[in-house]
Amino acid sequence: MSTLARKKGFWPTVWDYLTTVDHKKIAILYLIAGGLFFVIGGIEALLMRIQLAIPENDFVSAGTFNELMTMHGTTMIFLAATPLLFAYMNAVVPLQIGARDVAFPFLNSLGFWLFFFGGVFLNLSWFLGGAPDAGWTAYASVALNSPGHGVDFYILGLQISGLGTLISGINFLVTIINMRAPGMTYMRMPLFTWTTFVASGLILFAFPPLTVGIALLMFDRLFGGNFFNPALGGNTIIYEHIFWIFGHPEVYILVLPAFGIFSEIIPTFARKRLFGYTSMVFATVLIGFLGFMVWAHHMFTTGLGPIANAIFAVATMTIGVPTGIKVFNWLFTMWGGSIRFTTPMLYAVGFIPSFVMGGVTGVMLAAAPADYQYHDTYFVVAHFHYVIVGGVVFAILAAAHYWWPKMFGKMLNETLGKITFVLFFIGFHLTFFIQHFLGLMGMPRRVFTFLSGQGFDTGNLISTIGAVLMGIAVVVLLINVVVTSVKGEKVGADPWEDGRSLEWAVASPPPEYNFKQTPLVRGLDPLWIEKMEGKKGLTPAEPLSDIHMPNSSILPFIISIGLFIAAFGLMYHNDYSWGVPVAIIGFIITFGTMFLRSIIDDHGYHIHKEDLLKDDNGGVQA
Amino acid sequence: MKKLKWRLLLLLSVMTLVLSGCGEPFISTLIPAGEVADEQFSLMMLSTAIMVIVVAVVTIIFIYVLMKFRRKGSDKIPVQVEGSHKLEIIWTVIPILLLIVLAVPVVASTFNLADTDPMKKALADDKNGGKDPLVVNVRASLYWWEFEYPGYGVITSQDLVLPTDEKVYFNLKASDVKHSFWIPPVGGKIDTNTDNENQFWLKIDSKRAKEAENIFYGKCAELCGPSHALMDFKVKAVSRDEFNSWINKMKNFKAETVAQTASAKQGEQVFKDKGCIGCHAVSPADNRPEQARTAPNLANFADRERVAGILEHNEENIKNWLKDPEKYKPGNTMTGTYGKLTEEELQALTDYLQSLSVEK
Repeated sequence: MSTLARKKGFWPTVWDYLTTVDHKKIAILYLIAGGLFFVIGGIEALLMRIQLAIPENDFVSAGTFNELMTMHGTTMIFLAATPLLFAYMNAVVPLQIGARDVAFPFLNSLGFWLFFFGGVFLNLSWFLGGAPDAGWTAYASVALNSPGHGVDFYILGLQISGLGTLISGINFLVTIINMRAPGMTYMRMPLFTWTTFVASGLILFAFPPLTVGIALLMFDRLFGGNFFNPALGGNTIIYEHIFWIFGHPEVYILVLPAFGIFSEIIPTFARKRLFGYTSMVFATVLIGFLGFMVWAHHMFTTGLGPIANAIFAVATMTIGVPTGIKVFNWLFTMWGGSIRFTTPMLYAVGFIPSFVMGGVTGVMLAAAPADYQYHDTYFVVAHFHYVIVGGVVFAILAAAHYWWPKMFGKMLNETLGKITFVLFFIGFHLTFFIQHFLGLMGMPRRVFTFLSGQGFDTGNLISTIGAVLMGIAVVVLLINVVVTSVKGEKVGADPWEDGRSLEWAVASPPPEYNFKQTPLVRGLDPLWIEKMEGKKGLTPAEPLSDIHMPNSSILPFIISIGLFIAAFGLMYHNDYSWGVPVAIIGFIITFGTMFLRSIIDDHGYHIHKEDLLKDDNGGVQA
Repeated sequence: MKKLKWRLLLLLSVMTLVLSGCGEPFISTLIPAGEVADEQFSLMMLSTAIMVIVVAVVTIIFIYVLMKFRRKGSDKIPVQVEGSHKLEIIWTVIPILLLIVLAVPVVASTFNLADTDPMKKALADDKNGGKDPLVVNVRASLYWWEFEYPGYGVITSQDLVLPTDEKVYFNLKASDVKHSFWIPPVGGKIDTNTDNENQFWLKIDSKRAKEAENIFYGKCAELCGPSHALMDFKVKAVSRDEFNSWINKMKNFKAETVAQTASAKQGEQVFKDKGCIGCHAVSPADNRPEQARTAPNLANFADRERVAGILEHNEENIKNWLKDPEKYKPGNTMTGTYGKLTEEELQALTDYLQSLSVEK
């Protein structure tokens, strides 16, 4: 029954991945799917930048531009950034806390397949009559006014993938609370685990409002509801509140794990423990908490009145304080250290000034009366790209290079990695720095074109050139991935040689059971402690014995397919008579499979002690 | 502290100089031309100055660290420092102080810019009804703007005429989907909602309006559909006297008498036959309820800066627009409502529209 890594044919491998419940394989699935959507979102961005390169361009039509703009935002947030971070969380967090898997391996798989089919559903809109065009925010009045089925794809696709995200968030919460190895107290958890923990908490509270918001939109668009029809007593401002009560924490769901990634990389390559660990943890929790208190700063111009605007302005500014704490802690981690400029470290070093830029414009935007000028202009576009690209995407790229050897057993090529970094870094600043000024000079965002003679021409051209550089950088990265998988050399457990946390104590890639023996954690940076004491491996917390493993299952895949089918039925039920039956069939598949899961006893299997002894790559020395 | 204040002031003035070179005076927020924009600009400058200080401090430490602490081949293990309470308190307290410096004027300004009590008083008084101070009702619809002067019973579209050097109050709403009303050099935006009316005020400075040749660009700043990018309007800044004379002419405008030439008279007939009149009023005194006013009021069409808000105002562009509005504003609601026009009808209609003027 054991599926220990052996050479397999193509189809058995596909089947293995369709049914896997192993967090390391699910991580790879997230990486592939998230990477694919990242490339799609990037192509959409490039098409938009080509359209805006010169005034009054007709490269794409107004309607198509709005579709590109909507899909770029939606794809990057929900289908690229979140899943790519989930990839690293899955790959690393169980290892960092000394666990053999996440708390609910079956749910882990279900979360991935729900996200994947939601994303596929959303992107099929391109081929089935047009993509959503109401912006990633899908404000109610414009979303309800949008003809065709574009916005329905958005509503139903996000509903499905949102379920997946929620399930994954809960899974990480339970995993981190319950599955830590002996001695791994909360205040010894690596920062990436901490930020995953807080981000998962944010998911738990932020995604239900999104679910509700888009469910109400669904009723209005598909089932004759009037929640957002002012003529019948509905209210569209409520939608804005609901959306941003989700939308603002979503920013922190993305950026906190990014902070976590850099808090791993910087100590490793500075060879120095994280400066002010306690205050870093405190700042993370505080940012997560404040993240729920500031949503109305996205609505300063909605007309909430001066009292609400003033309160939310001041509340928003306070987030600057814990964020500043983090920045100085990173700087002082490097202070007195011994810095080695590997590719991940270059991203970390590039991240600090880039993110600080995004942070300070964030405080500027918090000044409500000034925001009346910035709001919905390119200044805002520049700001959130500095935060999300300069913060989150830099972190995702850094993590790709940093944990690639752990996930795949091979190092990405450092030279190509550095070329990617330089191109991406220059391209990023070239694209977005000038956009601050475009916004201040009066250019609104989400415009498919601009007339000449308004002073926007040069800035937009520069921005487009930068975007092309970023595109080339991603191509170099993809080449790097291919070259590495063909030619790369196998590496050992600790390829960067300065690993501090538990994931660097097990083989690369780790065996399916992670740790032969659960390790005993004796402090922050457990591997570093053992290394400094001259030991080769970790101190085990238990004798070698049989390991219980969960069985693979195709059921999560089928449950997700059921919802995917049901979504088509719901969407077309007003147009075709087959809509309702198809929706019912879809739901029967989903709920029937869930029923099967409930009644079939699945006890998993054991890896026996004798097999473990034969296996020589289990991390902890027996 | 005093030294810091002077440095801040110096930084502010340098930044103001640099930034005011940015953009065109008719559309840039960096070249403010009114009290609201001034107040917002000074907040922008204050916050930028504080943030430049923060960025400078981070950058100095950052560069020092990267130069000084690179690994130089040695296998030396650095001292594992846990943290420093003193440092951590410093970089918690100083940002808090900086934020307080910013928060106080922000809160004061938020309340100042939202003060619309004079308008409420003016509207409550039947005799005044929105004359003094001047009140303008703004209604945004898919890709065009309606401006109503309730004190004078005058409605116009696309070109907003405003007197300078006095506070003007606005009542704003949308008739179909959410839009946002923005005149960058005059003051920050406010949304036009479908659910409620928003209020705010603006004040144009006559001297600086002159530098923009008394015309400001207005924009829709909230995604509303395919032609969101083209939902522009223009603001004409005039003196109080000029405004009085204009609004009087508008009040006394007789649409029936404008068509003088044979061609214009024929155009007037086409305007009726093709059903244009069903949506477009040609009189500033339009008593129909707003739900019936589904297209821009054309009373002073010939005086306007642009055709359809975007095209240069000339005969050729009027014809182009009438021939194929979809080409110029995708998704507009006029396309396909009046069939095809013959060349003669087109010419007549253009002549008629060009005669709709209060200035000529």
